[in-house]
Amino acid sequence: MVKMLPDKKGYFGDFGGRFVPETLMYALEELEREYLKARKDRRFLKELNYYLSEYAGRPTPLYMARNLSSYLGIRVYLKREDLLHTGAHKINNTLGQILLAIRMNKKRVIAETGAGQHGVATATAARMFGLRCDVYMGQQDIRRQRLNVFRMKLLGASVIPVRSGSQTLKDAINEALRDWVTNVRTTHYIIGSVVGPHPYPMMVRDFQSVIGRETKDQILKKEKRLPDYLVACVGGGSNAIGLFYPFFKDKQVKFIGVEAAGEGLSSLRHAATLVEGKPGVLHGSKSDLLEDRFGQIKPAHSVAPGLDYPGVGPEHAYYKRIGRASYVAVNDRQALEGFKLLSETEGIIPALEPAHAIYYLKKLSKKIKKNSLVVVCLSGRGDKDLDIVMDRL
Amino acid sequence: MNRIDLRFKELKNMQKKAFIAFITAGYPNLDATEDLVLEFSRVGVDIIELGMPFSDPIADGPIIQEASQIALKNKINLDSIFGLVRKLRRTVDIPICVMSYYNPVFCFGEGRFLRKAKDAGIDGVIIPDLPAEESLNLKRQADKLCLDTIFFLSPTSSLERIKFISGLSRGFIYYVSLTGVTGMRQRLPDGLLHHIREIKRCTAKPICVGFGISGPAQVKQIYRVADGVIVGSAIIQKIKENTDRPDMPKRVANFVLSLKDG
Repeated sequence: MVKMLPDKKGYFGDFGGRFVPETLMYALEELEREYLKARKDRRFLKELNYYLSEYAGRPTPLYMARNLSSYLGIRVYLKREDLLHTGAHKINNTLGQILLAIRMNKKRVIAETGAGQHGVATATAARMFGLRCDVYMGQQDIRRQRLNVFRMKLLGASVIPVRSGSQTLKDAINEALRDWVTNVRTTHYIIGSVVGPHPYPMMVRDFQSVIGRETKDQILKKEKRLPDYLVACVGGGSNAIGLFYPFFKDKQVKFIGVEAAGEGLSSLRHAATLVEGKPGVLHGSKSDLLEDRFGQIKPAHSVAPGLDYPGVGPEHAYYKRIGRASYVAVNDRQALEGFKLLSETEGIIPALEPAHAIYYLKKLSKKIKKNSLVVVCLSGRGDKDLDIVMDRL
Repeated sequence: MNRIDLRFKELKNMQKKAFIAFITAGYPNLDATEDLVLEFSRVGVDIIELGMPFSDPIADGPIIQEASQIALKNKINLDSIFGLVRKLRRTVDIPICVMSYYNPVFCFGEGRFLRKAKDAGIDGVIIPDLPAEESLNLKRQADKLCLDTIFFLSPTSSLERIKFISGLSRGFIYYVSLTGVTGMRQRLPDGLLHHIREIKRCTAKPICVGFGISGPAQVKQIYRVADGVIVGSAIIQKIKENTDRPDMPKRVANFVLSLKDG
């Protein structure tokens, strides 16, 4: 472990913790106990690594994006999580959690999904291991991500539409939590990001840290030095923390998280939680939130369904406070520009979520030294977004 | 001794059980909430649990979710609840708890929330997503103000937690009858009475049972072992069915009476 955070109560500084109804406390205690055992268990780690490499396709390449680099005047490497099985980094976490679910003898898993990537990854893992799987998805996201809905169904999962609230990721998590409270004895809830009550933010981070560990090895081999910047998009923040965390102690490596500015920060229709939000408690942990002055949660907005969330992982709120990472926001229109830019320069169609990070490189390249070394996490591929993009471009 | 403790003492002396009515403040509007509390007090409800609406009520089923959304459209916030209770206190002495999810309390400021609640005449606070472990700071401040902090126990609470939480709870202990969210159920879950007896062996504090209780037969069964019941969704449903009638509060109070003395 790089640093022993969170503490025993699940806190990263002032953020994190465990704010759930009493009924779930026993399940979280059980999960924490089992996870702490598992992560020291060689057999568990060996099994996880086996599935990560043989089934999911790890390690993923760290690709030198020459055309993009010469266009921007900086040296850009892409961590190709888009090449993983199911098309995004989400499978790193779902494989880990499904193995835990089996250890805990749970017969059913549930998940929330925004873009559908985590839902697909959960459905995939559940299918392979023969567990029942129900996925909660906001009605609005079901419309926006039809392809992924079809994939989940094909994989034998039930996709349960959520019609409450803003009908997006936040509401899907509410509904998944209500299901979990009801079926807690038989069901494991596979949360898809570094959010939720302790131990989820820690556990999901650890499962996603494979991104950063590989990146470190690969960049040292290719460049004989560490990168100057790590850049990743942040919704809940799992691909970003996965990339950042193994570099935590390497102070010369700067972290930049790119949030969704939606229709613009002044429009109030955005998802820039760290940039614009303030501390609060949602979905089981204390972190930054988009909320009104009475503590009611505001609906988020982003063209990228995976970023469309009014909360963020507590570890990011902590990194922001201690100045370890900085957070910026990129709007819908700019993200679409990033989407086109990577498609046209490298022949790689990114998901709309990392397209935010790609666009930000344009801004960053104007501010930093020429030939700076930058790694971007390309967290997913863009096939799922073609419906949205066709309407817009 | 505050109003809640006093009420339980009186009930004990009379060998009676507590009937606690939950309503969402501001549903269908704040004036209706006021009338409902007055009616409930008139028909002998023992304690009122006033729900502060929240945008993301993860412990609630569809009935209370809907009431919360309507109350939020009516711009209900903690200050409006304190204002309402202050007004009610001119005429009624019925014990009142406020139920809020944690984020509105956190945003308001824990200390400020407790002081204002106390000043308004509120007797206890119930925060369903603030487990005992996270509540120690709030609890300390509430104790100083003589405000009751009501914690939850559930069918999944370990013996260790039962002891820990009963120790912290003041006023009464809220026992969640089932693994699930609020909402009406046809029958009581298996093992409920057994669980309650188990908890009673660990604590002398009053145990009140909520979640899923919607008929007089269920109330009667619970009265056999617990110190009281909490009914929410069934009451909210009645309010909804009668929402356009001028005598809605009376009708709902009559329904409550039928549950209570059924």
